[in-house]
Amino acid sequence: MHDANASRAAEKYVPLTGAAVLVNAVGLHARPSVKLTQCAKRFAAKIELALAADGPWTDAKSPVKVMRVKAPHGATLYFRVTGPDGEAALAAMLELVNDGFGEV
Amino acid sequence: MSNTNSGNVGIVIVSHSHKIAEGAADMVRQMVGDAVPLAWTGGDIDGGLGTNVAGILEAIETAWSPAGVAILVDLGGAETNSEMAVEMLREDRRARVVVCNAPVVEGAVIAATESSGGSPLAAVKRSAEEFYA
Repeated sequence: MHDANASRAAEKYVPLTGAAVLVNAVGLHARPSVKLTQCAKRFAAKIELALAADGPWTDAKSPVKVMRVKAPHGATLYFRVTGPDGEAALAAMLELVNDGFGEV
Repeated sequence: MSNTNSGNVGIVIVSHSHKIAEGAADMVRQMVGDAVPLAWTGGDIDGGLGTNVAGILEAIETAWSPAGVAILVDLGGAETNSEMAVEMLREDRRARVVVCNAPVVEGAVIAATESSGGSPLAAVKRSAEEFYA
């Protein structure tokens, strides 16, 4: 975890969860992964994603880890967000995925 | 070869091939955007395959940022010449330049992604090196 602040923030807040379907043609390939991590890094909250509602969870601020998820087109992406700006962070992540990362 | 946000860690791409270095830089610009100082160098001084210290020093200068510079290299001489270039820097700059142990293309994109979020040099290096973790 390269964000100690996010880890500390996570202790005091209840995790928020949400899900969105990957609508862009190629799924979570390189370019969307970069956009996703760039978006996540704008927030202090701890942000994780998974392909199932119960995990396993991946740090959404790590571009290498996000690319390794290899989430395909049509997959549901689950988010778990914990921190002071969690609501705004979750909304931004869901909007990015719903908008197909600006590619559709 | 632009330097659009000097607050973020700069990225330098060093390949034996001019075309690989330029292409990797194109990928960084298109995938990550303009928020990261970026420079590249490839080829020896005669334009053949290879690397040269002067070219690497120039690239470090172009991508310079107060937050430091992360260098991505391909094989052998690219690494040793990059290390030599770092040693030739002024002492106060030397500690703020690192050579990453990461694949040159993927590492450049990941390092730039990390840098574009405002991460410090150590985090940029660590993220690029996750490819071999």
